[in-house]
Amino acid sequence: MGGHLNINHLLFLGHGALWTIGLSLIALIGGGIAGFVIALARISPLRSVRLLSAAYVQLIQGTPLLVILFLGYFGLAAIGLKMSPLAAAGASLTLYVAAYLGEIWRGSIQSVPKPQWEAAEGLALSRTQRMMKVILPQAIRIATPPTVGFMVQIIKNTSLASVVGFVELMRSGQIVNNSLFEPFVVYALIALVYFAMCYPLSLFSQRLERRMGRGRADFLAPA
Amino acid sequence: MQQNTSPATPIVSLRDVQKSFGPLKVLDGVSFAVERGEVLAIIGRSGSGKSTALRCIDRFEKVDGGEITVCGRRVDLPDVDLRALRQDVGIVFQSYNLFPHLTIEQNITLAPCSVKRMGLSEAKALARKVLAQVGLEEKIHAYPEQLSGGQQQRAAIARSLAMQPKVMLFDEVTSALDPELTGEVLKVIEQLAADGMTMVMVTHEMGFARSIADRIVFMHRGKVHETGPASILTAPTTPELVQFVGTGNLKS
Amino acid sequence: MGIELDFPAVLERWPNFLGGAILTLELALFATVLGALLGTFAAVGRGTHNALIARACKVYVEAIRNTPLLVQIFLVYFGLASVGLKLSAFTVAVAALTINVGAYTAEIMRAGFEAIPRGQIEAAEGLALSRVQIYWHIILLPAVERVYPALTSQFVLLMLASSVCSQISTEELTAVANYIQSDTYRAFETYIIVAVLYIILSLVMRAGFWGLGLVLFPRRRRLGTAL
Repeated sequence: MGGHLNINHLLFLGHGALWTIGLSLIALIGGGIAGFVIALARISPLRSVRLLSAAYVQLIQGTPLLVILFLGYFGLAAIGLKMSPLAAAGASLTLYVAAYLGEIWRGSIQSVPKPQWEAAEGLALSRTQRMMKVILPQAIRIATPPTVGFMVQIIKNTSLASVVGFVELMRSGQIVNNSLFEPFVVYALIALVYFAMCYPLSLFSQRLERRMGRGRADFLAPA
Repeated sequence: MQQNTSPATPIVSLRDVQKSFGPLKVLDGVSFAVERGEVLAIIGRSGSGKSTALRCIDRFEKVDGGEITVCGRRVDLPDVDLRALRQDVGIVFQSYNLFPHLTIEQNITLAPCSVKRMGLSEAKALARKVLAQVGLEEKIHAYPEQLSGGQQQRAAIARSLAMQPKVMLFDEVTSALDPELTGEVLKVIEQLAADGMTMVMVTHEMGFARSIADRIVFMHRGKVHETGPASILTAPTTPELVQFVGTGNLKS
Repeated sequence: MGIELDFPAVLERWPNFLGGAILTLELALFATVLGALLGTFAAVGRGTHNALIARACKVYVEAIRNTPLLVQIFLVYFGLASVGLKLSAFTVAVAALTINVGAYTAEIMRAGFEAIPRGQIEAAEGLALSRVQIYWHIILLPAVERVYPALTSQFVLLMLASSVCSQISTEELTAVANYIQSDTYRAFETYIIVAVLYIILSLVMRAGFWGLGLVLFPRRRRLGTAL
C-alpha cells in the first residue's frame, strides 16, 4: 500500500505533539485567566454580574466544543472575521476552558469553610483583602486536584482542532495516514502518545486528591 | 457432612478458638457451648473479643485455630456451606442494617423469596406474622428511615426471624439506642426466649442478662474467665469479673 | 460596516435540523443504555477478587479516559473495517460512544458501590443471600440512586460529545449543520441555531432522566429524601 512508518513520519508526529502541548498551554493560560474572572463574577455581590456569568457558563457547557470551533472558524469567517486555524482553535478552547475552570474554581472558593469567611470579615478586612489574603490561598489548595485533572480534558480536546485544519497531533496522524494507508496502526500510535501525555497527569491529580483527603468525583467529560 | 442434632449435642459449640487480627490476638482459646433452647449471654469489656467470638459463629470472621460447630456443621473449615449455615443462624447487628431503599415488608420478604424460593404472597403473609411477633404490623409499608431506632431494631429482628433460624445471634443490639427505646427491643427478645428460641447475645445490659440468660459467659482479653448461671454476676469468683461488675460497665 | 445576518434563510431548513437532532438523540439513547450496562459490568469487574478481570477493567477505564474521543472513534471505525465488518456509520458511532461512556460510567458506579455501608452487605450475607443476589438487590439500585446526578451529567455530556461522530459521516446534528452552512453560506447563523438546539436537547435529556428517576426510585418519590 503506502510505505513503512519511518523516522520522518515519527518526527512529523512529534512536531504535531508539540503543537498539541502548545495549544493546550494557550487554552490553559487564556482560559485560566478568563476562568478566574468568571469564578469571581459568579460570586459577585452584583446580581447582574452573577446572572451574566452563569448564563455564559450554561451556554458554553451546553454546546459541543466542536460546534464552538465551527462557529469560531467558519461562522466568523462567514460574517467577515477570518482567523487562522490556530487562532480559531485557541479562541474556542479558551472560551471552553474559561467556562469549565470558572465552575471548578467557583466551587473551590465556595468550599472554603464558612468560618474562614467570617473570621476574615471579623478582622475588618475589605472584600478584596479578604479574597486575596484568606480565601484565595485556601481555594487554590482545594482547586489544584480538579484543575490538574481538567488539564487532561484540555489535552484531549485539542484533538478537535484537527477538524478545522490545525496541525496538532491528531491532524499530523491523519496526514501521515494519507501517505501510509495504515489507519489502525497510525491511530493506535496517536492514541499511545495521547495516553503518554495524559496518564501521568491523571495519576498526579489522583495523588493530589488523595492527599487532600477529599474523595471528590472529578469533573467528567468524555470528549 | 452428617447432621448430628440429638438432644445431647449442643447446637453451638466453640472449642479452643483462636483468632488474631495481625499482631493482635483477639481470641485466645475460647470455649463454650449452647444447648438447644438455651439463652447464653456473653459479657465483657470492649476489646475482650466477645463480638468477634459471636461473629465467628456465623462465619463473619474466619478463625485461625480451634473448632466451631453449629447445628452439626463445622464452621471453622474452609468448605463450609455458608448458605445453609446462614439459614440456620439469624444475626441482628448493633446498627440494625435495614436496607434503606426497601420497605419493611420488602426487607423481610427479600431473603425468603430469593433464598428459600418462597412465593411472594406466602412471603408477605410471613412478613405480617413476624411483624406481629415484634409488634410492628402497622409499619409494614413504611421505609426504615420513617421508624425510630427501637422500631428499626425490632424490624431487623423480624427480618431475621422470617428465615426461621434455629439459633439467633444478637450483637449488642441495644447499644446504639437511646435509653428509652431499649425497653421495647428487650421485651421482644424476652418473648423470643420464652418461646424457646436458642439465643446467643453479646450485651451490656446486665440486668437484662441476669433476668433472661440461662448462662453467662464472661470474656476478658480474648479468654473466657468465668461461665455459669446468672448468679456469677452477684457472686463473681475471678478478680477480672469482680472488677468488671464493680466498675459500672453494665447497665442495671 | 454592518454584519448582515439572515436567520430566516437558515431556519427554513428546520426539517433537516429536526432530522439531525433526532439522530443525535437516538445516538445518545443507544449509547447511554449500552454504555450504562458496559460501565456497570466494568465496575463490578473492578471489584472482583479475580486479579485478571480486575486488571483488565482498570486498563480499559484508564485507556479510554486518557485518550481523545476522536481518536477512539477513528480506531473503532478503522478497526471494524479492518476485520471486514461493513457497518453503518450509525452503528460504528454507537459502538465508539458506548465504549467511551462505559469507562466513565464504570468510575461513577464504582464510587456508588463503595458508598454502600459494609453493614448492609453483612446483613444481606447474614440472611444467606448469594453474591449475585446481594449485588442485584442491595448494591445496584442504591448505588445508582446515590450517583444519579453524576450519571445524568455524564450522559448529557455524551450527547454533546456525539457531535464528533460527524467526522465519520454520521448524519447527526453537527453533520447537518456542516451541510446546511455549506449550502446556504450562512455559517454563523447555522452554528448559532445548532448551539441553541443542543442546549434544548440537553434540557430534554435532563427532563427525561428526572422522570426516569421518579420511576426507578419509589422511596425517593414517596419520601422526597436522598439516601
